[in-house]
Formats: sequence, structure tokens, C-alpha cells
Amino acid sequence: MEALYLLIPLSTLLVFVAIWIFFRASDSGQFDDLEGPAMRILHDDDAVPGKDAPGAP
Amino acid sequence: MNGSDKGDGSGEGNLCFHCGQPLPAGETWPLQIGGHTRAMCCVGCQSVARLIVDSGCEDFHLRRTVPSARVDPEQLLPPELALVDLPLQAEHHDAPDSEDQVEELVLSIDGMRCSACVWLIEKYLARLPGIRMAEMNVASARLHIRRNPALCPTSLILRGLRGLGYTAYPFDPLRQGEQARRASRRLFRQLFIAGLSMMQVMMYAVPVYMTHEGIDPDMMSLMRWASLFLTIPAVFYSALPFFTGAWAGLRARAPGMDLPVAIGIAAAFAGSAIATWRGEGEIWFDSVSMFIFLLLASRYLETAARRRSASALERMQQAFPASALVLGGYPQQRDTTLVAAAQLQPGDVILARPGDTIAADASLIEGETELDLALLSGESRPQSFQPGQEAPGGAVNLSQPVLLRVVRTTRDSTLAALTRLAEQAGQGKPALAQWADLVASRFVVALLLLAAATFLAWHLIDPSRAWATAIAVLVVSCPCALSLATPSALAAATDRLLREGTLVVRGNVLEALQRANTIVFDKTGTLTQGRPQLTAFWSEAPQSRMLAIAAAMESGSLHPLARALVQEAVEKQVRPVDVTLLESVTGAGMQCQIDGVIHRIGARRFVADIAGDALPGALNQPVAAGAGAVYLGSSAGWLARFDLADALRPDAVATVAAFRRLGLRTILLSGDQPEVCADVAAATGITDVVAGCTPQGKLDYVRQLQQGGAVVAIVGDGINDAAMLRAGDVSFAMGKGAALAQISADAVIMSDRLQAVADCAGMAQRTMRIVRQNLVWATLYNVLAIPAAAFGLLDPWMSAVGMSLSSLLVVGNALRLSRRARRSGRAVDEVSSDVAAPAPALAGGV
Repeated sequence: MEALYLLIPLSTLLVFVAIWIFFRASDSGQFDDLEGPAMRILHDDDAVPGKDAPGAP
Repeated sequence: MNGSDKGDGSGEGNLCFHCGQPLPAGETWPLQIGGHTRAMCCVGCQSVARLIVDSGCEDFHLRRTVPSARVDPEQLLPPELALVDLPLQAEHHDAPDSEDQVEELVLSIDGMRCSACVWLIEKYLARLPGIRMAEMNVASARLHIRRNPALCPTSLILRGLRGLGYTAYPFDPLRQGEQARRASRRLFRQLFIAGLSMMQVMMYAVPVYMTHEGIDPDMMSLMRWASLFLTIPAVFYSALPFFTGAWAGLRARAPGMDLPVAIGIAAAFAGSAIATWRGEGEIWFDSVSMFIFLLLASRYLETAARRRSASALERMQQAFPASALVLGGYPQQRDTTLVAAAQLQPGDVILARPGDTIAADASLIEGETELDLALLSGESRPQSFQPGQEAPGGAVNLSQPVLLRVVRTTRDSTLAALTRLAEQAGQGKPALAQWADLVASRFVVALLLLAAATFLAWHLIDPSRAWATAIAVLVVSCPCALSLATPSALAAATDRLLREGTLVVRGNVLEALQRANTIVFDKTGTLTQGRPQLTAFWSEAPQSRMLAIAAAMESGSLHPLARALVQEAVEKQVRPVDVTLLESVTGAGMQCQIDGVIHRIGARRFVADIAGDALPGALNQPVAAGAGAVYLGSSAGWLARFDLADALRPDAVATVAAFRRLGLRTILLSGDQPEVCADVAAATGITDVVAGCTPQGKLDYVRQLQQGGAVVAIVGDGINDAAMLRAGDVSFAMGKGAALAQISADAVIMSDRLQAVADCAGMAQRTMRIVRQNLVWATLYNVLAIPAAAFGLLDPWMSAVGMSLSSLLVVGNALRLSRRARRSGRAVDEVSSDVAAPAPALAGGV
């Protein structure tokens, strides 16, 4: 149980590090659009397989 | 567009390949996509789909998950697009090396349906010349572009986006919402920090509550210190809004709900910190951080719902600056140039085509016409104007192209004067004290008295426990449930109304509506449709045949009576007959030949020239007040008379009845003639009628009602209603009304159903019922817990669990308001894209 004497202060420190990271991320605008990235990842530039592969335009 | 396309279907059934709506019988517009011929329902959809395929994005139709919006060809390329580049050209003089110039541009986009739209917009823009970066922010519906303005002017981007079927407007971050965005970002951070702090503190609190054999005192002390440090960010950063709110309330001598919250947090934190320092006593760090988190969460959800409403409204109202066609060389030359309305000078000659809004106060110099003043004055019938008469800016030209000479600049015009009136109306508005704040201020007094009494009592009994017990009273009664009761219910209700198409823009709507005892309706456009409809029909021959002839003759006319007849034929599924030699006779009507016989439709004198002077008995009935009559006749005699009037909305009677059942006094306040208003009032069951009001008159009447002690709810749609909408205790604007009215109102009915106002009133009542239930529960809890704390009977874990349970119960109860919506909910995006197209072009002049 002696490990807790180290781990509890460490966990407190870790939370303050997490707060610092969160503020940096928020300042850089990472939380401004929480929907767009999830949509964009579905549409990278590969042609859509399925019904019929479109030819060159 | 021609007969050879008929029946050229594909494997897609009878739905348009682009917009997914049923194909019209007969004609379709085909397009080759990915090796198949696809059928489209209209030329608008076809041109959008063609642009998508031609720009190499034909995958779009495979990628998307919902059909695209139907495209109105007239909306595709408005001529005002050219005006967007004007200010930019002026800037170019200052920037000589425009070759490598990079500029940021933010556009607001409407019409997004699914993730494929993001793909299409970004991919399309990336192929335009001069674009460095194009990134869509889905949450705020804004497109951020970095581009070289010399290679890629704004109008090119806007034209491209409109070609793809999305409406886009330049977004001015200084004008709109930058401050609101910062505030919302700060609230999100505070919520996040509170949540993080709550979770960590809980980690040290739960073992203490769970253990049976006790914890080593050293370890206990360590955990208390850790909890203290973890609570500091929550109290000194996340809880700031409560402390500043409480301080502001104290300075204004009107303490609100923030004060008991601030006292609770401060007392619990200070008490726990002292206990930690001295190494004895109880700590409540877990309760403090959880309380802050729950309060912030309900605040965050409510502001998020209102921000979504506000941005939906903003997107709907963004329009190009009002413009006018100026004849620079009049009278020698007749060439027109498009200029922004704000640049018009007195003396300029402008051309107003049918359907155009007259940009500034101007006198008619050539041609005579009918003007629609419904949004300006509430008058439902078009007014005819002769040369020499002055037309107010904001009126809509209906029948003929006319030339006008500008009398006043737009800044001094009628429209601007009405805007100023609306702005001033807001300043004298009586503030309704928030109900919850009244409860709160009494609660604070009671609480402080009780804590003081406890302290004194224990000081006499056992001085060493006096502080601890007094703080326990403050903490336990910490008005967790009480202060959560109102915001959580409002958040749930606002969110539900948003999904049903009612945009609640200001925060007081539900509370004020529930207390309103008088409701004022505007007539034209609010109780009525705001456009003429066929109300009576006298004919000498089969009615469907008459309607078919009338629809065929009026099909090319822009006059509202003509459009109403065509609309009637479409609704009754009457196919127009074939006519030849169709011609329009200025100011009188239309003439044509059917099977070699001359037919005329329009004014009585005009038809009488060929049909004879004497009207047959059936056609000679008196015309109702407020209605207009259209006559149809041939060289063989009179055929029919159509009476058209501004008809009631189908849900007007039910809505008025709903408010009468709630016990509200109903008033009709209109700028129209007394007879027409009396008819509408009689049909809907409204008791009080005030007709012939100017905008100032309406405002005065509403203020008079308020001075008499009435809490006034107002429903309106026109520019002339804006001032009273701003002055009312709670006000609604119709989604198809004027932009100025929508800006002035507290809520906007996007679905354009009058019934939504009654639904909103029902929602307000349910919300207040939930708030009351929550308050009863909170009071019960406090009645039990405070004495227990005062007598020192409460263990810390019991008060912590009690507080959590009471808060969760309150939030869960409030969520019942929004859960019912999922069954009948309608996405606001759908509603807004439906309404966006016909929004009147008055917005820019305001």
C-alpha cells in the first residue's frame, strides 16, 4: 500500500497536466467542429465501390 | 424541356435522381451519370447534377445518404452576385502585388444534408483556380477559404456553390456572433474542467464511503489534500460564472439564483479546506465539484440549443445587400446598371420590374402599377399607383415594369424609419423579473437566518461543533436541486421546440408565455395567408372548364391574383386548355383565342368590351370586403367571375380557440381596413379588434396594455409589426414574414404553422409544471435534510448521496420534456431549407 503515497500525488499532478493539454487543444480550435472530422473520414478520395464504378469523366 | 424527352425513365422508379421527389407526369429532364441515363424532375436539379458531373465529382450521388435539396432555377444565379465583388475592387488599389496575395474568406452555407455534401463542397472548391484551402466547419455551417482574390473572386466561389445547389453568403465575423462564440468556448472549457475535477475527486471520495474498517490517518490526510487540489480548478475557474453573477446581483440589489449557489459553493469549499488544514472535520469536495459540473452542464445545454436556433435564423436571413437597377442616362438612354441600394441618391431614376422590391422612397414617373404594401402597412389588397405618386421603399411591385425617381436615400426611407422605431421600442421594454430569482432571493434570506441560528444554538450547546454544523447546514441545503430546476427544464424544452421548428432566440419565451394574459395577433400574413386565394366562384358553364381556361390565360402573369388562379388549377388538378395568340393588355388583363373565339380575363370594363355591358345575374353578386374580382368572358358572352381574397390560415381558428381556452384576452391589431378586420375577427372568434393602425399606433397600443398591467404575447409577420414585437413581453414572428420582424421577435415559427404558437404555449405550461415538480422535490429534500444537518445527525456520505440523488432526479424529470419529441420531432434543418428559398428580399435594406 506504500505505493499509494507516490501514486496519489502523481495522479493529482497528472490531472493538472491533462488540464494544460486540454487548454492547448482548445486554443488551437480542435473542439470548434465536433462533427466534421467524423464525416470527412468516410470520404477520402478513393472511388466509391458498389453499384458501378464510374469511368473517367 | 421538349416533348422528345417524354417517358425517358431510368431504373430509379418515379423519383427524381437528384432531389428524390416524385417526377412530374410527362416531362422529365434526363442526364448521363456514370453510364446511365437518370431522370430529373426539373431544370434546376438537372443543371446542378450536370455541374457536379462536369466538375469530376460524379461520385457524389453514390456517396450521399439522403437526397439533395430540390433546386429552384430562379435561385441559382441571382444577379446581385456581382455586387459581392464591388468592395473588393476598391481594396485592390492598396494592394499592388495582388499576384501572390492570400486572403481569408468565411462563407455561411445553407442546404447541407449529409456527409457527402462536405466532400462535394471541399472537392469542388479545391479545383477552382487560386484556392489554397477550403475547409467546412460542419457544426457552425461555415466554410473557411484561403484564396488568391485576384485569381478567384468571391462571386466565382458563390456562383459555383449556388450551382451545386447550396446557398452561400459572405460571413462577417465582426458583425455576427464572434463574441457569442468566445463565450460558448469559455463555457465549454469550464464544463470540461469541472467534469475532470469531479471524476478525480470522486475517485478519492468513494473509497472513504465504501470502507468498513477505516483508513489509515496518514492516507486519509493525503487523500483529503489531493481532493483539495483537484477541487481548486473547479471552484476558481469553472464556478466563476456563479460568483460574478452573484456579485452582479448584489450590486444591482436584485440577488438571483446565483447568490445561493455561490454561497453554497464558497461555504462548502471553505469549510472543507479548513477541515483539511486542521486535519479534522468533514469534507465536501466531491459534492462541490459535482454540483458545479451539473449546473454548468444544464447551462451549457440551454445556451447550445438557443445558439443553434440563432444560427438557423441567421442563415435564413443572410441575403445580398438590397440592390436597384439605375438608369444612368435617363431619359436619353435606357441602359440599366445594378447598384447597391445604399448608394442611391435623390434624383436617381430606377427601374422596378414586376416582383422587385422598391429600394428607396421614390415617386413614380413612368407607367402605372399595383404595389403590395402588405409587409409595410398590413393592407391586404394591392394598391394601384399612378405617375406622380410616391411609393414607399420596401413595397413590392406586382404588375408592370415602372420607372421611379428616388426621393430619399435608403437611410431616410420608410423602411429605415421603421427599423429605428423597432430599435427604440426595445429600450422601453419592461423587464419581467425571473420567477426563479424571486424564489432564490427569499431562499437566501431564510438559509442565512437558519445557518446563523444553528451556529448560535450550537455555540451554547457545544462551541467546538458550532462552525462545522453551521457549514453543514449551508452545504446540505446548497440549493442544488433548486437551482437546477429551472435551467434544466428550459434546456430540454428549448431543444424540443427547436426540433419542432420553433426557434427560441431569447431566453424569456417560455416563462413569459406561461404568464401572458393577453395575446395580440396581426392580421395579414399571420392570421391570414398573406396572399390571395379563390374564395368564391360564379360561372355560367362547368366550373372545371372555366378554371382550365383561366389558368391557361394567366399562366404567364406575375400578378398575385393571376398566380392564385393558376395555383387553384394546380391544386384541383385541372389541366390548362390550349390557347393561341395570348397577349397581355397593360393594366387590364389578358386576351387570347380558344378554338378561334376571342376570350378576355381581367377587369370588368376590359371584359365588357367584348362580352357586352349587362352582367348575368349570377355574376352580379356584391363583392365581399377585402376581396378582388376577376372576370372571364368571350365574344359570345360572360363566362365566370372569380372572387379572390386573402384567406384565413387553416389553423387560425384552432389557434385562437386554444388561447381562449387558456383564458387569454385575444386582440386583433391590424393596419388594414376595419371591415376586413371585423370579418377575420368574426371568423376566428377574436373579441377585440383595432384596425387601421400605423406601426407607431400598434406600439402605443401594446404599451398602453402593458401599463394597464397586462402581460402581452404578440404574433406578427410584417415590417410594421417589428416595433410592437420588440416591445411585447413575448413575441413570435412567422417564418415567411419580413426579416425585420424576425430580428425583433423573441421566437420565430420556422414551420410557418400558426398552430406552433399554441403548441409553444402548451410546452410552456408543461415546462412550468416540471419546474414546479422539481421545486417541490427540492423543498421536500431540504425540509428533511436541513434539520438533520442542524441537529448534527447527518454523516457526510449521506449528505453527498442525498445531494446527488436529488440533482439526478431533477435533471431526469426535466429530460422528460425533450424525450417525447423524438417521436414527432422534425429536424430544423429541413424546415429552414424549405423556408430559405421564398424568404423576402427585404432583409438587405434593414
